[in-house]
Amino acid sequence: MKAGSNLEKILEAGHFAFTGELGPPRGSNADEVREKAEFLKGNVDSVNITDNQTAMVRMSSWAASIIAIQAGLEPNYQMVCRDRNRLAMQSDILGAYALGVRNMLCLSGDHQQFGDHPQALGVFDIDSMQLINMAKTMRDEGKFLGGADIEEPPKLFIGAASNPFAEPFDWRVHRLAKKISAGVDFIQTQCIYNMEKFREFVKRANDMGLLEKVYLLAGVTPMKSVGMAKYMKSKVPGMDVPDEIIKRLQGAEKGKVADEGIKIACEQIEEFKELKGIAGVHLMAIEWEHMVPEIAERAGVLPRPEV
Amino acid sequence: MIVAKRKPIDEIKDLLKDYKKVLNVGCGTCVAVCLTGGEKEVDVLCAELDMARKMDDNPVDIEGTTIERQCDREYLEALDSKVEGYEAILSMACGAGIQFLAERYPEIPVLPAVDTTFIGVNQGVGWYEERCRSCSSCVLGMTGGVCPVTMCAKGLYNGPCGGTNDGSCEIKKEQPCAWYMIYERLEKQGRLDCIINFKPAQNWENQVPRTLIQPGYEKPE
Repeated sequence: MKAGSNLEKILEAGHFAFTGELGPPRGSNADEVREKAEFLKGNVDSVNITDNQTAMVRMSSWAASIIAIQAGLEPNYQMVCRDRNRLAMQSDILGAYALGVRNMLCLSGDHQQFGDHPQALGVFDIDSMQLINMAKTMRDEGKFLGGADIEEPPKLFIGAASNPFAEPFDWRVHRLAKKISAGVDFIQTQCIYNMEKFREFVKRANDMGLLEKVYLLAGVTPMKSVGMAKYMKSKVPGMDVPDEIIKRLQGAEKGKVADEGIKIACEQIEEFKELKGIAGVHLMAIEWEHMVPEIAERAGVLPRPEV
Repeated sequence: MIVAKRKPIDEIKDLLKDYKKVLNVGCGTCVAVCLTGGEKEVDVLCAELDMARKMDDNPVDIEGTTIERQCDREYLEALDSKVEGYEAILSMACGAGIQFLAERYPEIPVLPAVDTTFIGVNQGVGWYEERCRSCSSCVLGMTGGVCPVTMCAKGLYNGPCGGTNDGSCEIKKEQPCAWYMIYERLEKQGRLDCIINFKPAQNWENQVPRTLIQPGYEKPE
């Protein structure tokens, strides 16, 4: 055990992991976190707490992580490279660990130009790959990036993201390999819609022996509407939404589009359960937390194993 | 070269509003090449200011002069005999030139007429693009001659990020993804091994004012 988090135990025991996501509020009301947490509790092994996602200011990821712990959830503390330099990152890692955080997810972060402070200085002192390596060095060597010893090293289960779809496709698997050599323990992928391309990515990763070295959780986001599918296809960088998905949603009965979206997600999850090298699913039900119990139920991932 | 753009006339007018006798100094090197602060632009700005101040009923006595390089003592010397009697100096050089001028004439306010923008290339007449952030530790040898610090909006050393969009950067379609270009070029050259390994955190060397003394030279006492 590297960190002893629930997520790590689930994966180590060979269970098919199921993780969720919770976006902190655009304000200081802790109850908003608690309300969302209620829908996730008992239905996921760990929940990603996003860090100023889409470059919009929100309650800090570590503070919301602590509220999640108090609410009975295990957080997966997200940290982006956009807003902090290496000093701030390391001190936040120490603080989060001291307060009970055991998983973290290392991300570059959406560019500040997308968000509500496009004039901000983007820090990017280190990149997501270097953040993985820093967290690993802190944990395994007990040293800060600067080389000094850490009195009580933070033992975190280290995650990162992977986008199997963005071009150049041939390079994606090598980038995954790089994250593994930087020290990542688990990967959560970008939302998957193009199953054919994803299968190819997984095949290549298996061929290179990568999925024996890292736990790969397949990213799933159910489509709520045709509009959402079209938006994801055309407006979200790095997202690959095949026309079949849009057609299938368009073909759904009136009032049943969201249901069709969940159905597609559940079919994907069924396939992931059987796909060699896939260790679990990361469900990103964006601002749809209240649907998580139903999705988890229909995906056949309940009850969550106790480890 | 260093590329700059001229400040808006209103901003320059505001900087100069309390001065009646101004020397406008152009620079004949980078800012002349990028059509911002050479002899011609000095003349244009002097004429603009002269007219604008007359219309404001606050006339200014403004004279223009251009030296070869404001970042070089040898050329600044030529100004020593000219600055006498001016209440302010306006500089159309890059930030380095402006500061060197201010350092030489510490009693006289030296004011910027341009915004220094980047180190870049001349893509066509009047069209410049940034290429270098002068980070002090060049990685172009491993990145196929494409700078990830400058050309990647996140300055990633281990790109591309998940936002790369069919060869474009996530910030906008017109901006090519630096790491996509790096990949393409290295692949064509059969040199992808250059970027196959994890690149550790950068030791930033551009966080304090830098000094360079070439081998065999010394800083004079």
